[in-house]
Amino acid sequence: MTQMSMIEAIRDAMDVCMTRDPNVLTFGEDVGYFGGVFRCTAGLQEKHGLHRCFDTPISEGGIIGIAIGMAANGLRPVAEIQFADYIYPAYDQIASEAARLRYRSNGDFSAPLTIRTPVGGGIFGGTTHSQSPEALFTHIAGLKTIIPSNPYDAKGMLISAIESDDPVLFLEPKRLYNGPFDGDHESPSVSWKGHPLGEVPEGHYTVPLGQARQIREGRQITMIAYGTMVWVAEAVADAMGLDADIIDLRSLVPLDLGAIEASVKKTGRCVILHEATRTSGFGAELSAQVQERCFYHLEAPIQRVTGWDTPYPHAQEWAYFPGPKRVRAAVELALKAA
Amino acid sequence: MAKKQSNHATKPNRSKMPNRSRMHVPEPPFRPGDTPDYSHISVPAMHSPHRPDPMCDDHETAEHALKLIRVMRFNGEAVGEWIPAIDADLKRRMLTDMVMTRAMDDRMFAMQRQGKMSFYMKSRGEEAVSVGHAHALRNSDMVFPTYRQQGILIARDASMLEMMNQCLSNSGDPLQGKSIPVLYSFKKHGFFSISGNLGTQLIQAVGWAMAEAYKNEDGIASTFTGEGATAEGDFHYALNFASTYRAPCIINVVNNQWAISSFQGIAMGEGESFAARGTGYGLATLRVDGNDALAVYAATAWAAERARKGGGATVIEHFTYRAEGHSTSDDPSKYRPKNDADVWPFGDPVERLKVHLIHIGEWDEERHEALSAEAKKTVRETYKQAEALGTVDAGPQVDDFTMFEKVYADDPELLTEQRELFRRELSQ
Repeated sequence: MTQMSMIEAIRDAMDVCMTRDPNVLTFGEDVGYFGGVFRCTAGLQEKHGLHRCFDTPISEGGIIGIAIGMAANGLRPVAEIQFADYIYPAYDQIASEAARLRYRSNGDFSAPLTIRTPVGGGIFGGTTHSQSPEALFTHIAGLKTIIPSNPYDAKGMLISAIESDDPVLFLEPKRLYNGPFDGDHESPSVSWKGHPLGEVPEGHYTVPLGQARQIREGRQITMIAYGTMVWVAEAVADAMGLDADIIDLRSLVPLDLGAIEASVKKTGRCVILHEATRTSGFGAELSAQVQERCFYHLEAPIQRVTGWDTPYPHAQEWAYFPGPKRVRAAVELALKAA
Repeated sequence: MAKKQSNHATKPNRSKMPNRSRMHVPEPPFRPGDTPDYSHISVPAMHSPHRPDPMCDDHETAEHALKLIRVMRFNGEAVGEWIPAIDADLKRRMLTDMVMTRAMDDRMFAMQRQGKMSFYMKSRGEEAVSVGHAHALRNSDMVFPTYRQQGILIARDASMLEMMNQCLSNSGDPLQGKSIPVLYSFKKHGFFSISGNLGTQLIQAVGWAMAEAYKNEDGIASTFTGEGATAEGDFHYALNFASTYRAPCIINVVNNQWAISSFQGIAMGEGESFAARGTGYGLATLRVDGNDALAVYAATAWAAERARKGGGATVIEHFTYRAEGHSTSDDPSKYRPKNDADVWPFGDPVERLKVHLIHIGEWDEERHEALSAEAKKTVRETYKQAEALGTVDAGPQVDDFTMFEKVYADDPELLTEQRELFRRELSQ
């Protein structure tokens, strides 16, 4: 076991895969010699060669387009989109091409590529460096969308993604790159050092896609979260002294319905948390699934804690962010009713 | 640089409303009711541009983007530096493939009109582009075609029965009804799954080619777009990445003058060359008479050699004419003169190769008649076999439950659930 930040864990996953499989390569804007604006590919070009870790033009549609062609031709490309906010020019290539190639060719061709991209706010990135667009991708059949919340899962899930025979969108909550975040931006930053999930095995291991992680077990209320909001949920549960079941989904598609159903049937109360905007957010899908499967076990209306239905503002970042206050209010509602 | 050659005179506004604006909107030279006259398009008879070494500097092909590579004169004589070194057997094979492609198109179009399939797209007038191109590549080179290169499959000995089964979406459809007619996928014939979204495959082909280079293999990729979809961003991505990474590929623009009802001037303004798009990217550029199978072969062979030797990509504009509607859902008489195709000054590609073969004493009218009859017979008999396997709404059908398959490599839980819901829906 080694202490790693999430950045180091992500880099290590690529290093492990590139060492084991000559067909794995990575590319994106500023990814090569420089090692990426968040340093996730630092050192990979030096270690594995110019042709295996290289810079691309500023062209997200082009980056995903070549990744599809490479993947169809037997390679395992890992394409970096510098910020998830920049992914939209590639949307057609992801939604209409990568995700559908296996289906429309009835298995004749497939595109096993991995797309890595940082999501979420908390770094004063404003409208163009803070978005959480996961729901725009979970709606696409043929694509897997996953999001780790800690270094251990990040490495194991990224290796699973690279080894998956399907296209995988791997979202990296950038506020968690260097440490867990309790939602209070005024408290000093915490590093992954000393956190049990900052302990990362060396070499190859996988975290299977489609399995949620139980962050803590309780009987009073279910808190369903992913990415940054996992740690906000935990902090609020601590502060309120909740006996909470906290589920880190890790994988949105495929979704661990069993874990959700078992927990809500046990607690009868459910709060869903995400940083993305509220309307048609992934929380809407989760809420629908919970009421369809657990309606007669529910003691209170399902609560959603989300960002507001506005673009991610710059100066008002912490007013937008679904921080501890908003979570606490939702929990109180869920506990109060019935 | 050679002087720009204008291919389209445009006519002013035909709307009942006078244009009160300074904004320019291009219009094709002829509309229904006009007498088309393409005398403004120069048909070079003897002066194809010089054939440079395939490993030349890309700038040496800048003038080729503005001229027109031709091999066959209308009297059948082959002239100039681009005459390909191919024997009469291969030329006859190309003619056979073109005749077969046309015969299959005609049959499938007629069967669509009888309701046997939902849709069809003919490639009439463009058979030399697909067939000539395919024969100049290796069968293992991956092509990323559009829906009008079915001639490549014929040239590569794909099973016509499987092609027809795909169009009929019947029980023998290799794609099990997942794609609309003509959007074939034949990996075993180096034929990439065709997307219905235009332009998207250009950049994928560049990625495929980069992977060939990455693996130290000498395969190349060849990708197609119509002139209309060169307006998509994907075209820019493809040319830019092909240039940056010197990808071993060929980027073909089939300029058949029409994108459904929009004439080529809508795609990028009048009088320009689509091949010239490549010049600014530092790519080699060739513009070829797409109704001249030997010229298509020669240009392709040049570009393939350049790509295979590490010289990078070539943009080839195949200058041709879409002799029929866009698809069975289209009626071209609504937007262009009925006899437009007949007066197109570059002739018919099948006729031109036939005339050439007769000119060199390797073919005659009787053999041609026999070939046409034989092609029709083969198509008719193959179609009979295909229809015995069902059509889109009659006879043996693809099992509906296959719609849940091949979404992912393994079935996610939610899809398994939905499959069960569908089972219940059927039993109600």
